This record gives sequence, C-alpha cells and structure tokens, in this order.
Amino acid sequence: MISVTGARKSYGNFAALDDVTLDIPAGTLTALLGPSGSGKSTLLRSIAGLERLDAGSIVIGGQDVTQVAPQKRGIGFVFQHYAAFKHMTVRDNVGFGLSIRKRPKAEIARKVDDLLEIVGLDGFQHRYPAQLSGGQRQRMALARALAVDPEVLLLDEPFGALDAKVRADLRQWLRRLHDEVHVTTVLVTHDQEEALDVADRIAVLNKGRIEQVGDPVALYDRPANDFVMSFLGSVARLGGQLVRPHDIALHRSRERAQSLDARVGGSPGVIEAVVERVVRLGFEVRVDLRADSGERFAAQVTRAEADALDLRVGETVYARATQGPDVTETEPALAI
Amino acid sequence: MKTSTATRLGLRTVALGYLVVLLAVPIVLILWRTLGEGVGAFLESVRTPAAISALNLSLLIVAIVVPLNVVFGVATALALVRGRFRGRGLVQAVVDLPFAVSPIVVGVSLILLWGAGGWLGGVEKLGFKVIFGLPGMVIATLFVTLPFVVREVEPVLHEIGTDQEQAAATLGASSAQTFWRITLPAIRWGLTYGVVLTVARALGEFGAVIMVSSGFPGVSQTLTLLVHSRYIDDHNTYGAYAAATLLMGLAVVTLLLMTLLDRKRST
Repeated sequence: MISVTGARKSYGNFAALDDVTLDIPAGTLTALLGPSGSGKSTLLRSIAGLERLDAGSIVIGGQDVTQVAPQKRGIGFVFQHYAAFKHMTVRDNVGFGLSIRKRPKAEIARKVDDLLEIVGLDGFQHRYPAQLSGGQRQRMALARALAVDPEVLLLDEPFGALDAKVRADLRQWLRRLHDEVHVTTVLVTHDQEEALDVADRIAVLNKGRIEQVGDPVALYDRPANDFVMSFLGSVARLGGQLVRPHDIALHRSRERAQSLDARVGGSPGVIEAVVERVVRLGFEVRVDLRADSGERFAAQVTRAEADALDLRVGETVYARATQGPDVTETEPALAI
Repeated sequence: MKTSTATRLGLRTVALGYLVVLLAVPIVLILWRTLGEGVGAFLESVRTPAAISALNLSLLIVAIVVPLNVVFGVATALALVRGRFRGRGLVQAVVDLPFAVSPIVVGVSLILLWGAGGWLGGVEKLGFKVIFGLPGMVIATLFVTLPFVVREVEPVLHEIGTDQEQAAATLGASSAQTFWRITLPAIRWGLTYGVVLTVARALGEFGAVIMVSSGFPGVSQTLTLLVHSRYIDDHNTYGAYAAATLLMGLAVVTLLLMTLLDRKRST
C-alpha cells in the first residue's frame, strides 16, 4: 500500500504537484492518467524518491519514506526510455540489483534466468541492449526492476517510446504478469486506452491535482467533471452538453426523436443536424454532423443502425442523447 | 543541388591534396630520412645516454600528468554537466584557457609565479625546485593538457543523461557504486580519447616546457626538447629526425594500446 498525503512540488512558478493525496491499495495495478504537465510523472518520481517533495509525505507499506533515499525504498522503477545499462549484457543488467546486494553468483544466475523466462527473453542472456528491439529492452528493464523483489513497481510511461502494435501487446502482457506476480504497480500514462485496458484503478490528474480516482468503469460512466469525461474516452458536444458519441441516437423524424427524448432526464434536447461525412470503422459507423448552431459533433452508431437510417451526406437528421446526466434510458436505441 | 562529376572530383582532389601536403608529406619525409640510413643508424641515434634520458623524462611526465588529468578532468566534467552552481560559466571559460593562451606565455607566467621572487617562489628556499626542475615541467604540461579530458568527457555525459544512474539508484546502488559500475564505463570512450590527446600533447609540448626546463641534455630534456636541441644547437639533423621518429612511434603505440585495452574491456 502506498499513501501520498498533501504532496506539493514546484519548479519555479510552476506547481507540478498541488496538494495531492492518494492511496494506492496493495496488490493493485493503478494508472496515473493525465495530459503532459499534469504532474503524473512527478508524482511517480516522488514515490520513487527521484524527486524530493516540497511538502507532504509518502508512506510505502506502513513506513514513512518521505526522507528515505531511493536506494532504500524497496521500489522497482521502469523508465520510458528503458535506461538500459548499455555496456552490460542482458544478464548483467537484470542481475545488477542482486549483485549490488552481494548475493552469491549462483543465486543471481538462477534468479536472472527465471526472470528472463517470465518476460520472454530466455536465450538472450548474453546479448547487449543495443542488440534488442525496443519492446525487448523494456521487458529486460521490467525483469531488472523485478529482480530485487520490490514492494512496489513504478512504471513511467513504459510503452511510450514503442510503436502501436508492440505497445498493445506489451500492455496485455503486463496485465498478465501483474496477475501472476501481484506486486503493487503504479503506471504513468497519457494514453486513456492504455489506462482503461490494464489498470484496476485510475487516478486522473490535471494541473497538479487529482480530478478523480476510481475503477475504469466508474470513471468512464460516472465522470466527476467535464475534464475527466473528455479525457477518458471520446466526447461530443450536443447542445452545450458533453455526451459520449455512442450515447447519441439519430432519427429521421423529429416527432419520434422528441417523444423518446422526453423520457431522458436533463437531456440537451433534440438537435437538428446535417450529415457531413459517414465513416465505416468495421462494426461501428461514425457520423460527422453539423448542428444548426454550426457546432460540429460526431455520433457513433452500429452498422445496423446506420443501414436502417441509410444516411447520406447533406441530409438532415435529428440527434438526441440516450443518456442524460441523471437517468439512463432502458429502451434500446434502435428506434427509427 | 547536383554537382557535376568534374566538380566533385575536383573538390575531392583539392581536399585530399590539402591533407597530403600539410599532414602526410612532412611525416613521411621524416620517416623516410630516418630509416633511409638504415635501422642500425636509427637505433644508435636513439640509444645515446641523452636520448634515453629524454625518453625516460618524457614518459615520466606523461605518467604523472595523465592520472591527474583523468581524476580532475572527470570531476570537472561531472561538475559542469550535472552541477547547478554559481560561476559555472566562469569555470567553462577557465577550462578553455589553455587552448587560448600561447604555451610560451604559460611558461613565462609559471616562472613569474614559481620562480625566484615570484609569489610562490618561496618553496624554492624550502628545497623544492619548481622552475628548472621536474615539477615545473609537470605543471607546465598539466596546464596545456587540462582541457582534453574535460572536453571529451563532457559531451558523453550530456548524451547518456541521468536515466541509467537513476535506474542504478532505484536498484540499490550507492553513488560510489553507480559511478564505478555505470557512469565510468559509459564515458570510457570519451575518456579514452581524452587520454590519447593528453598523452600526445604531453609528449609533444614544447613552448611551455622549454621555458621552465634547464635544458641540460641527459638531465632535463624531454624528447621534444631533444629534437630541438639536436637540430638547432648541435646541427645534428639526422639525430633530430631519429628522435622525432621515436616520438611519433610513442604516439602510435599510445593509440594502439588504448584501442586494444578498450576492445578487451568491452568484450
């Protein structure tokens, strides 16, 4: 368990952390999510002891480590750009922490081999980091961090420097690894999809403050404010309200739209809009629309709905929100 | 822009010719003149007591100067790259001073400082002879070679950043362990090159050393001073060529040694 209380950190006039309080339960995989400059990396580096807080305290596993050096915090840290020891083989990289702890050579070799097998780098013992791909380097860095049996594992945008395909693979792999190893893990990311995909809990940061903490579903369905809503998942602005694109229903008939809209509490009402573009993304169809007011938004409908509507560019449709801030409609949205 | 074949070849010829005339020809000429008389004559000329003493003195100065420059050069480079202290700009400028100041000026100023009547001239009365002794030559050589290690290590430190060192810290390594096991191996190429340049300059330094050396053959002549005195004072041109060849040989050996050492360590 990690407890951060009243953490503050400024660089000159810029407040990177502005009174942050956050509890990270033991054994969870928590994502710190936010745009760049939100303070998420500073928070992670403060937990590691790589940054010194101006005020506040950090407790790891019941011990106040605010004034403890990073060497003695019992952490494993993975950097965005791997921080591989370039002059050492994979084996020496992974075994570094153990050799610092003066463990017997045989024990180090055994543990390194085990870890390399877990991260899928068995057989790479004698390679140098330069001979590995980015994804392999990051897995080596993970094995290196895990080798010292850390109390908490801290990952700073670990997949940020990798291409999309490798990134998706690695985060699946990280999730499975976490389910096996169960070490308390904190992951920093600016990628909402990544956070939703791997984390048990997400803390959304903005301008040095925590906006909301919760499990992915709660954050997505019940965002505390517009920032969380628009940062986590895509949004459309419908009549001045933020709505998920898949919570917008389109109708040919104004009357039908209005009668259904009456059942949704606090909805933005029925908006008349012109179809600007219809994009088929596999099962989903994105409809780009322009409202009377000139405001542009996108609705996301299923293929079946799109086919039933038979939308064409330039045609007029009536859009309404199927989920208001208070009430959720129970009737299926497929109703033309 | 596309250059015609003729222009390209022309430019290449000019560039190559420039290098050959300025660098290669003089060196090859000396080698040719030295070895033209046969290896026996060369060996005889570099085995005279004065030549052996000069060789020993040059190597002694290198042996003192290189470790000092390595220690202070790496420390200075670390301070300049990682440190956030007042007067960093000033230190940067001071490090470059030896590049800017003529070696002969260095010699003169050392005499002013350490010589009889100088600010620190008092040490001479205590029996520690700086000027016209070995310490003077070492100090003069240190002065002119000071920037090499600093300036070669600095960019490497910038390039490697602090990620690896921070990673080592999170894995439990103390600052000293991090330095020996992470930082030093990471900067070794820059350091090697700095050492090679230091050795070459220490062997070849003339202006600053001649001012503070008593210049007695067999006592206080470095190899470089020997080349000069043989040529100018003794009109022994062949002896000068032979000593010069020996000097160049030393430089080549240094280069080879450093390359070999580094290859051995990195595999």
